[in-house]
Amino acid sequence: MRGVTSGSRPGGHRKRWTRFILPGYTYLLMLYLVTPILMMILYGFNNIPGDRQSARFYGFTLDWYRRLLENPDLTSAFKASVVIAVLAATISTPLGTLLGLALGRYWFRGRGATNFVIFMAIAVPEIVLGSSLLSMFVQVRAPLGYTTILLAHIGFDTPFVAVVVRARVSGMDQSMEEAAKDLFATPLVAFLRVTLPVIAPGIMAGFMLAFVLSLDDFVITQFVSGQQFTFPLWVYGAIKIGIPPSVNVFGTILFLTGASIAGFGLVRSLFRKEKAF
Amino acid sequence: MATTSVREPPVGPLPPVRRSAWGITARRRLAGYGLAAPGVLWLLLFFLIPAIMMVYTSLQSGGALEGYSFTWAWGNYAEALSGRGVFFGRSLEFSLLTALGTMVLAFPAVYWIAFYGGRRKSTLLFMILLPYFVSFMIRTVMWKFILGDNGPLLGPLKDWHLLPTNFRVLATPFAVVLGLIYNYLPFSALPLYVALERIDPALIEAAKDLFANRTQAFLRVVLPLSLPGVFAATLLTFVPATGDYVEAELLGGTGNYMIGNIIQGEFLIRARYPTAAALSIMLMLGMVILTSIYARFLGTEDEVVAAAVTA
Repeated sequence: MRGVTSGSRPGGHRKRWTRFILPGYTYLLMLYLVTPILMMILYGFNNIPGDRQSARFYGFTLDWYRRLLENPDLTSAFKASVVIAVLAATISTPLGTLLGLALGRYWFRGRGATNFVIFMAIAVPEIVLGSSLLSMFVQVRAPLGYTTILLAHIGFDTPFVAVVVRARVSGMDQSMEEAAKDLFATPLVAFLRVTLPVIAPGIMAGFMLAFVLSLDDFVITQFVSGQQFTFPLWVYGAIKIGIPPSVNVFGTILFLTGASIAGFGLVRSLFRKEKAF
Repeated sequence: MATTSVREPPVGPLPPVRRSAWGITARRRLAGYGLAAPGVLWLLLFFLIPAIMMVYTSLQSGGALEGYSFTWAWGNYAEALSGRGVFFGRSLEFSLLTALGTMVLAFPAVYWIAFYGGRRKSTLLFMILLPYFVSFMIRTVMWKFILGDNGPLLGPLKDWHLLPTNFRVLATPFAVVLGLIYNYLPFSALPLYVALERIDPALIEAAKDLFANRTQAFLRVVLPLSLPGVFAATLLTFVPATGDYVEAELLGGTGNYMIGNIIQGEFLIRARYPTAAALSIMLMLGMVILTSIYARFLGTEDEVVAAAVTA
């Protein structure tokens, strides 16, 4: 706490209570941020008479956890979301990895333009991507549905994977691969045994990011979905008639899964003194 | 995730080689093209061609029932704009408030974490990001639920007669901006944190040794050094927020529609594709112009990408 040591200055002691302002504020901010999540979890236990969420809390029940899969539309929307996210992440990861490798360490004609397109793909409002994809699908008369959602998701996932891998590649010490080649490794062997292990965490992070982005996406998906539902689209559609508490339960499950995976990574990195870059 | 060396890698001169220099250069070049080809093709297919198709769509004329045909109908742009100024204006206003609000909320917290977090830095940052493991749609729906006219927040206050019964938060611009700020906060917090974390505390000590008081040290050392983060944070919140329509629809209702709601309605409900495409293009052009003006003043494109990497 460097701030406290400045108390040697005249008047420093008078102001000492101010050192609680910033931490206090930070914890208040965390409370504000987490409130909707706590409400989501709490109302997943709401013992309401019907099956639409209400502001009144009737008492605790585990019914909604037991009856989680009772709404076939919601279940199939949730399944579609997970399947699309897995497929989109699996396909966009190799595409983005190759792109990230090429951008991170090779020169090629159109490299600047490619970087620019990737930058635009990440920075532009989602609605612009959604409407341009819909324009294309309408022009080529592609039937909207599962396939168009999957294609769109691979589309917006790839630049993110590429950026994550590119960062890892350009942070890598190139002399390692040179050393492998000096020790008579063929380029392929040098890549597989030196480069790949070093950039693997980047590839993994890219995959996770792609999966999460895809699972979470609403705007682009809504534009290209046609009659197909994903989990966020189903929740959106259910708002007018009222959200069933199963949505809270699905949300809680997703939250706990994501948070524990990330938390596990965090704990591991805290205990391991490995120098990350 | 990587926080250093996200800038452009040195790709120009190759390291000294013992074998035939030309052979290796040619091979490296071929490898570059080979690696880039699939991804570049994919980007062409899913970003450039759709963008061209959108421009093409915006110049078509016809109707939703009889179909559209290409006629260089530039009039679509004027027609799309008429009466829509208010929605563009509202989008601009709400997104500026979002960029500003997220920054004001996030800055003190990430400042404290970056400078006084010690060993708990990553845990504290994780706590800030924790809510964002819940999907965007559910977060927004939960705010609609919490802020509801008789919801868990206002309901009890009204029962205790602390608020008049007709008091509401939903369907006001305040609710929309609150939702936007909530949803975009990590896009501000992360780049700010990265920028602040990079500042060497020794610089602040040096400023104090040179008789700067704490305010001066903050204003003349910390703040200027955090500008790349400020730049990235404003872009990553302002730009996406301009096209957003979910908060405006769920928390604001028809009286608070942004341009995104209009584009969504024209595209998905009324199927007036040319008008919708024209609006979307104007939104994008507006953003490109605004961001490049802003970039001139404060930073470079690299910093935005750097921020996106850490997000």
